[in-house]
Amino acid sequence: MELYELTIHQAHELLRKGEISSVELTQALLDRIVEIDNQIKAYLTLTPELALEQAREADARIAALRREGRLDRLNPLIGIPMAVKDVICTKGVPTTCASRILEDFIPPYDATVMELLYQAGAVLLGKTNMDEFAMGSSTENSAFFPTHNPWDLDRVPGGSSGGSAAAVAADEAIFALGSDTGGSIRQPASFCGIVGLKPTYGRVSRYGLVAFASSLDQIGPLTKDVRDAALVMNVIARYDPRDSTSVNLPTPDYTKALVPDIEGLRVGVPREYFIEGMQPGVEAAVRAAIEKLAELGAEVEEVSLPHTDYSLPTYYLIAPAEASANLARYDGVKYGLSCSDAEDIWDAYRKTRQRGFGPEVKRRIMLGTYALSAGYYDAYYLKAQKVRTLIKQDFDRAFERFDVLVAPTSPTVAFRLGEKVEDPLQMYLSDIFTLSMNLAGICGISIPCGFAHNGSEETSELPVGLQIMGPAFGEEAMLRVAYAYEQATEWHKRRPALITEARN
Amino acid sequence: MKLTRAEVDHIAELAKLELTEEEKEKFREQLSAILEYAEMLQRLDTEAIPPTATVLPLRNVMRPDEAGSSFPLEDILANAPQAEDSYFKVQAILE
Repeated sequence: MELYELTIHQAHELLRKGEISSVELTQALLDRIVEIDNQIKAYLTLTPELALEQAREADARIAALRREGRLDRLNPLIGIPMAVKDVICTKGVPTTCASRILEDFIPPYDATVMELLYQAGAVLLGKTNMDEFAMGSSTENSAFFPTHNPWDLDRVPGGSSGGSAAAVAADEAIFALGSDTGGSIRQPASFCGIVGLKPTYGRVSRYGLVAFASSLDQIGPLTKDVRDAALVMNVIARYDPRDSTSVNLPTPDYTKALVPDIEGLRVGVPREYFIEGMQPGVEAAVRAAIEKLAELGAEVEEVSLPHTDYSLPTYYLIAPAEASANLARYDGVKYGLSCSDAEDIWDAYRKTRQRGFGPEVKRRIMLGTYALSAGYYDAYYLKAQKVRTLIKQDFDRAFERFDVLVAPTSPTVAFRLGEKVEDPLQMYLSDIFTLSMNLAGICGISIPCGFAHNGSEETSELPVGLQIMGPAFGEEAMLRVAYAYEQATEWHKRRPALITEARN
Repeated sequence: MKLTRAEVDHIAELAKLELTEEEKEKFREQLSAILEYAEMLQRLDTEAIPPTATVLPLRNVMRPDEAGSSFPLEDILANAPQAEDSYFKVQAILE
């Protein structure tokens, strides 16, 4: 096994035993990136010097603890190389949001999650590609270039955290951070055959996360297995007084939830999540996974979330409304692109934003501005907020009866690059199973549950994701089901064949 | 719900976005389609339903009123497109 193929917990074992150093591990990842990222294009910025410096520090910390005989104090993330979505502020390292308007932006501070990860000893390899300002489901909305799915280079990795998902799937990072506003961690994790966890709203600090839709955004991990997701959550799920929506609850040890036993756990299957138009291969894989849960002893029963159909239009009014307010700050004054060839300051604002934002960002600013404008606020924005209440109540009622809910992560496997760029509504449908959780503020995880062909074409098999949803602050039940399923199956061990061939 | 060109112009001005003629026509069509789709929300009776702006119980968050440290001026101005002395520089707002 190559070093870059390791999970966090595997690499940690070797680091703890002194069999490898963080510098060796980090160098292996950096070499891997040089070798294959020209095919995948997962990274926007690489930080090799910083990474090796952090790796040397990690090695020194490990050596010091070894001398003191206190290796039990090692954080499992010490010396582990990671990739970070380019929407999370990194001090001294460019943070572009894959937008021309922030192309030259270098944050003067670290996001809280970066402080926590650096304290734990994690190593930053670089910043990953994404849909501009996290608006999209394919990473094709990056202002710089698209990212390719490691399982089939002609296909999208999903989005908006497509760079992070592709980096982990292609072994270009041991783990990655993403952000999820409507599915942006879970859907790319599903498309790339890895694990992606969206924490409960308020569980992880948003301080230093460039805002898209403030009532929906959460940062979370993309990893190679469920244990790794729990290990990252142990570090980043912390109360932060700098985020007024951070909830002051103690952080559980999420690895304690990793028991391969779900005997008697109540699992609900929302019938509205099995729709017409869903790819048959996806449905088959997810149905088989649900049967597996029953085999493992879970009490599986159907449940109804009656307002599911309304979540897409609700989301596409609320998220753009919040985005249009958040993105008003890009005026070319304090940071970012600025057009100086303007008649007056108003003209400068208009030109700066015209040149700085891509089509999807403009589309959402327009949509959000409309939904908030005088005369339409009640009919669109307020109406959507009321329907949001109904959607949340559906989940509240379901979680009175069930510990977790399970469903597909996305109705399809990864689609072709270019397939949906001209039809925004079709692109939005890719998130139809994930965005309700952001509206309700609850947690969700996508784990590999099989492979399927894309429709009738003679194509390669592509990963399918099983989505497990937990109630607010119910990450532990969700992780327990995810872990039990993963331990009983082999899907998470498959690697993209294309990459293996490219290596040999 | 079909948007008119005048409405598109109005929204663009509210959002301080300069748009090309093609962009205006494209957005007019695409936004109309999205809004038409959103019409389905009107089917629901929400008369008695309170709106959800945030899923968390609403509360004000206060910190002790104590002076803390702030970012060094040069760090903050380092990203400014135009700066002079300790100021961000913009075009004249009042002539």
